[in-house]
Amino acid sequence: MSQENVLAVENLVMHFGGIKALNDVTFNIKRGSVSALIGPNGAGKTTVFNCLTGFYKATGGKIILSAGGKETSIIKVLGEPFQMTDFFSPVAFFSRLKYKMFGGSHLVNRAGLSRTFQNIRLFKEMSVVENLLVAQHMRVNRSLIAGILNTKGYRKSEEEALERAFYWLGVVDLVGSANRLAGELSYGQQRRLEIARAMCTNPEIVCLDEPAAGLNPSETEALTKMIRVLRDQHNTTVLLIEHDMGMVMDISDYIVVLDHGEVIAKGGPDEIKNNPKVIAAYLGAEEDEEVTL
Amino acid sequence: MSQSVGINFKKSSIDALIAGFMALILFGPIVGVVLDGYSFNAEFDKVAWMVLVVIIGRFAMSSFFQTEKGIAMAFRYANSNDGATVLPPGHKSKMVWIIPLVIAIGLLVPFIASKYVLTVVILGLIYVLLGLGLNIVVGLAGLLDLGFVGFYAIGAYGLALGYENLGLGFWSMLPIAALMAAIAGAILGFPVLRMHGDYLAIVTLGFGEIIRLVLTNWASFTHGPNGVSAPMPTFFGLEFTRRSRDGSTFHEFFNIPYDSAYRYMFIYIVLFAVVWAVLFIKHRLVKMPIGRAWEALREDEIACRSLGLNHVLVKLSAFMLGASTGGLAGVFFATYQGFVNPSSFTFFESALILAIVVLGGMGSTLGVVIAAFCLTVLPEMLREFAEYRVLMFGILMVVMMIWKPRGIVRVTRTGFAARKGVVK
Repeated sequence: MSQENVLAVENLVMHFGGIKALNDVTFNIKRGSVSALIGPNGAGKTTVFNCLTGFYKATGGKIILSAGGKETSIIKVLGEPFQMTDFFSPVAFFSRLKYKMFGGSHLVNRAGLSRTFQNIRLFKEMSVVENLLVAQHMRVNRSLIAGILNTKGYRKSEEEALERAFYWLGVVDLVGSANRLAGELSYGQQRRLEIARAMCTNPEIVCLDEPAAGLNPSETEALTKMIRVLRDQHNTTVLLIEHDMGMVMDISDYIVVLDHGEVIAKGGPDEIKNNPKVIAAYLGAEEDEEVTL
Repeated sequence: MSQSVGINFKKSSIDALIAGFMALILFGPIVGVVLDGYSFNAEFDKVAWMVLVVIIGRFAMSSFFQTEKGIAMAFRYANSNDGATVLPPGHKSKMVWIIPLVIAIGLLVPFIASKYVLTVVILGLIYVLLGLGLNIVVGLAGLLDLGFVGFYAIGAYGLALGYENLGLGFWSMLPIAALMAAIAGAILGFPVLRMHGDYLAIVTLGFGEIIRLVLTNWASFTHGPNGVSAPMPTFFGLEFTRRSRDGSTFHEFFNIPYDSAYRYMFIYIVLFAVVWAVLFIKHRLVKMPIGRAWEALREDEIACRSLGLNHVLVKLSAFMLGASTGGLAGVFFATYQGFVNPSSFTFFESALILAIVVLGGMGSTLGVVIAAFCLTVLPEMLREFAEYRVLMFGILMVVMMIWKPRGIVRVTRTGFAARKGVVK
């Protein structure tokens, strides 16, 4: 594992009962890149995302996140079943017990990976600023006593959190809507707010699930610019799932193409554009009967 | 709205007649026919009065809603169903003067009110505490808890049994009971909080019943249905009794004649202080990271997890803080009654507390306070109606849910002034 790759996925396998949703998926995401995960509908893109972000527990394989100066095994922090050897080694036993009891997808985020959702998941009854404050949970003063007494340290930490929140509102162009309820915003604004919220957790890699879905061309262009800002000014690696090929080819440094749960191609945009397997997967092939949609 | 409208009396009259007819159908059999052994007496004058009141009331209402003011009011009500409002930044409520006023009136109550009124108000305050506790769990964190009475019982029995077995008095049990209830909340919470929604409701319902059944059946410890007597509070060691076995009593020490109301006055003042403290803490909590995390959890659990919030701990903290408030209420209940038995902690109590939270408005502090007083003081005022009390209670609930499904008081959220924005 080098520091060069922020995320390394090795032989990822995911089964739902008898259905093999993912089969031996392997790819690396370089630090500071914008990468895209594409593929026809039902190829398993969102399944990969859910495995990466800890919402599904992968059946097999390895996902290593190198962020915050340490390496985190995403499958391990979700809590694994006990192995025979654990019962002879107390250290391994307690580590597994700890993750079994207190583990979960929140640890993935704390390790430095945040995500957005395909169907927007905002806190609709809370104001836009509050949405961003919730995301900074791990960075504010959470002491009950300090909060109730409203101490100086507490006020300072809240002020910093607000400053950060307004900074990100500026980036996604929502300062004017800061005090509206998140549920009242238009669709495009909600998408942008969700990205800002993900960024407020201070991640090293942010996974965007179809960020351009439902946006008009000018909004998509603004989004493209925003993603570049994330990468260039905040050193954040971006991994996205997207169906808008124009946008994908425009911003991606690296593209992974999935079909039927397998990686059929990976490389730069130009390479992918001309890859016969990819074309076959998207458009269907005349001679190659294996690839059918 | 601006067009001037005269009152159409014909329409008002028709409305009034229809309402009167409905009232006749409704009240005729219920009020007009009184069973007397095997026969019955018809009491038409009572019915006539009721119908008359309904007709006049409907006429007045119909006329009012045709005036400009009435139309404006109806318009406002029709538009008030959409959730919370965000206050502008730096908003200062014009109603702040009401807090010192309420405190002043509240402190006067024990000295001017009769003993009966005082006991009713104490009961109201106990339900305010319970409502505030459950409001954290249901209103803020969105966890439907149907067994809240279990924590109330733990507080009440904690005082009674702590006194009987360990000799702990009111003052030492007050914090211990809160702690015990919180621990009980954690014990219940940890295994079940991975569930949500309906499943959680069923498990908590079971928990409430288990506590009650244990209290009923573990006779060697809890004395079963016979109940246990609970100690009265003491004022710096002075007892509020006529005669004391050890030490002096309150009235002897201050050289005043004995009055059994002193005890209630004292409970009232302590309870009043505790309620204000809880109100203040609750007020702070909703603005703190933990309060925000609770509300975020109510809105979307999956999003919370994706933001690094440990959903189990967040839920657990809501459960524990809510439970400890319930435990406090239990201690006051036990000392106020001087006696506890399991029949005070039935499912109906849980439902009543839940009704307080729902009627008051989920997450709204003021609403819960108002609802708690309404639901405890109203039944007392309606004593004359005796058996119709529950009926009226039900009607009130139905009407409220139709008119104001979001509760009496709308939830408002703090606005934040725009800042320059710095990333560190």
